[in-house]
Amino acid sequence: MADSLIYRELGGPSRRFWSLLALLAVPLALGAVAYFYMEHYGHIVTGMDNQIVWGMPHVFAVFLVVAATGALNIAMAASVFGKPVYRPVAPLSALVSLALLVGGLALLMLDLGRSDRMIVAITQLNPASLFARRVIFYDGYMVSVGVYLWFLLERRMNRYIRPAAIVAFLWQLLLITSTGLEFGFNFRAAYDSVLYAPMFIAFAAAYGTAVLVLILFAVCSWEERPVAEALLRRFKNLLGIAVGASLFFAVLFLSSKYELARSRDVARFLLFDGGVYTALLWLGQLVIGCIVPLALLVRSQFSRSALAAACALVVLGGLAQMYVTLIGGQAYPQILFPGMVETSSFFDGEIHPYTPSLVEVLLGLGGMALAAAIIAVALRALALLPTRLEVPAEPQA
Amino acid sequence: MSADTNEVLSRRGFLAISAATLGGVMLAPGVRLIEIAAARAPEQPVSRKVRWGLLIDTNKCAPGCDDCVKACATENGLKNTGHPRTDAQWIRKVELKDMRTGRTNSVPVMCQHCEEPPCVDVCPTGASFKRADGIVLVDRHICIGCRYCMMACPYKARSIVFQSISDQNPDVPRGNGCAEGCTLCVHRVDRDQQPACVEACTKAGHNAMIFGDLNDPHSEIAQRVAKYASTQIRADLQLNPGVRYQGL
Repeated sequence: MADSLIYRELGGPSRRFWSLLALLAVPLALGAVAYFYMEHYGHIVTGMDNQIVWGMPHVFAVFLVVAATGALNIAMAASVFGKPVYRPVAPLSALVSLALLVGGLALLMLDLGRSDRMIVAITQLNPASLFARRVIFYDGYMVSVGVYLWFLLERRMNRYIRPAAIVAFLWQLLLITSTGLEFGFNFRAAYDSVLYAPMFIAFAAAYGTAVLVLILFAVCSWEERPVAEALLRRFKNLLGIAVGASLFFAVLFLSSKYELARSRDVARFLLFDGGVYTALLWLGQLVIGCIVPLALLVRSQFSRSALAAACALVVLGGLAQMYVTLIGGQAYPQILFPGMVETSSFFDGEIHPYTPSLVEVLLGLGGMALAAAIIAVALRALALLPTRLEVPAEPQA
Repeated sequence: MSADTNEVLSRRGFLAISAATLGGVMLAPGVRLIEIAAARAPEQPVSRKVRWGLLIDTNKCAPGCDDCVKACATENGLKNTGHPRTDAQWIRKVELKDMRTGRTNSVPVMCQHCEEPPCVDVCPTGASFKRADGIVLVDRHICIGCRYCMMACPYKARSIVFQSISDQNPDVPRGNGCAEGCTLCVHRVDRDQQPACVEACTKAGHNAMIFGDLNDPHSEIAQRVAKYASTQIRADLQLNPGVRYQGL
C-alpha cells in the first residue's frame, strides 16, 4: 500500500512560486543587512551589554534549534516506533527539522562577536566544552537526518530506513538533551536545574510538531493535497500530549525553584515581580502557549482551524518561553554573596534592563525566513509529500 | 692630633672603601646571576609549581576607595566610552551590606582565577585557558565571541569588547568582539612585578591586597592564608578560586 503513495514536488505556476521566494527574500535581505551592520559596528548597536550577553538572536536561534529537534518526532514515530500513519509526512518531518536547524545555526554563527572566525569554531574544538561537543551533535544530527531522508526518498535504500532512523533518533536525543543541559548546568539562579533536559524535550515536541503541522497546512492551502482527518487527529493528539507535557514540566520547574530556599528569590522574580518577564511567562508561555492550545486540542469535535490556531499559539508561546528563559534568566542578577545586598558600578545586585534593538529582531526574523526558504525550495525541487495524504501506509521495513 | 687622626682615619677609610668596593665588584655579578637563574627566562614555560593568587583584606579596604580600579583601567587601557553597561570593568568595587546585621563591606571583585574555571570548561574553541601557574586568560586569536564564558562565569568577571578600540596598551591587546577579563596583569607578573591593582593599593598605603605564590610556603600570601581565616566567593561551587578574602 505504501507504493500507492505518489510523492510530488510542490506544484503551481512558476510565477507564484517566485513570488513566494521574493516575499521570503525581504526578511532574508533585511536579516543580511542587520548582520553586516552588527558586524561593522560591533555589538554596541544591539540591546545586549555585559549583563545581558545573549539577546534576541539567541531567542530565535534556540527556538529554531529546539523546534528542529522536535519536528523530527513525526518521522521517528513512523520509522523507529512503527506508526505507519505518519509515513506520508516522514520526509517533510525530516526536511523541516533540517531547515529549522540550519536557520537556528546560521543565527548562532552570525551573532558571534567574531563571526569572521566561524572556521575556528568548526576546526578548533575544546573537547571539554559542552558547547563544542554540541557542534559535533549538530553535525551528527544533520548527517544522520540527511541520510535518513535520502533512504526515504531512494527506493533502493528503503530497506535501510529503520536503522538509519534509529541512528537519527539517537542523535536527536543527544542534541535536545544537551540543549536543555546547556541551561541546566549553568550556575545562574534561573537555570541550574537538570529539569531543563526533560522540559526541553517536551518543548521540542510541542514546537516542532506545531511548526510541522503549520507547514503541512501551508502546503495544502498552496495546492490541493487532501489530508486524511485520521492523520490530523493524530497530530492533534500528539500536539496535545506535547503541550501537556510542556505545561507539566514548566509548572514542576517553577514550583521546584520556588520551593527550594536557595532559588526562591529568582522564582518570585519570574512568577510575580519580573515585569515583562512575568507577563510573558504567564500570558505568553503558560496561557497562550499551553492552556489555550490545550483547550483547543482536547475538544472532542475535530476542527482543522482549531488545530491550526493551536499550532500558531504554541509557536507564539514558544517564542515567549525562550524570551523568558534566555533574557529573564540573565536579567536576574548573579548572586556572589548570598545573604548580602550587593551594589557596584558594574550593576551587581540589580535587575538588568534589556530592550531588543531592531537589528537583532531583523537578524532573528532573517533566520526564520532562511528556514522557510529552504523548506519552500526543497518542496519545489524534491518530491517530499504525497499528492494525497489519505492513504494509510503499511509499516516500513 | 686631629690631623694625625684624620690621616689614620682616611687611610683606614680608604682601605675599608677599597675592600667593600672590591667585595661588591666580586660578589655582585654572582648575586645577579642567582637572581637571573631564579627568574624565568621569557622562552621558558611557566611552572605548575607556582599558583599565583591574591589575598584581599576587606578590613583595610575602604568604601568608596577605587585606587585599584583606576590603576587597572590605566594599566590595561580600559576607557570610559560613556556606555557604562557595555564598558569593561576587569575589577570593580562591590559594596556589601549584610541583610540581617547591617554590617557593611567593600570588596574588590575581579576574575577569581579558579583552579576549575567554568569559562575554560565551556569555551568551544579553547580560547579561554588556564596557564600552568593558575592565571586564567583569553587567547584573543581564537576567541569567536560566543559569550558562553560570560554566561558561565559565576563571578560576572568577563566582558566583551562591544566596538572597535584605539590607543591600546601594547602589553594588553584587546579586540572588538572578543571576550576578556582580569589577566592578573600577567605581562607585569612575567616581569616579576606586582599586578597594577596591588601596586596601587600598596602605594596608597592601604595594603589591603597581597599578591604572591600560594604554593610557596615562605611567601607572605601563603603564610597569611595559613594563619588567618580567609574565604572564597561562592566556595559552594568548589571552583577553588586563586583570590581569597579576609574579613568577610
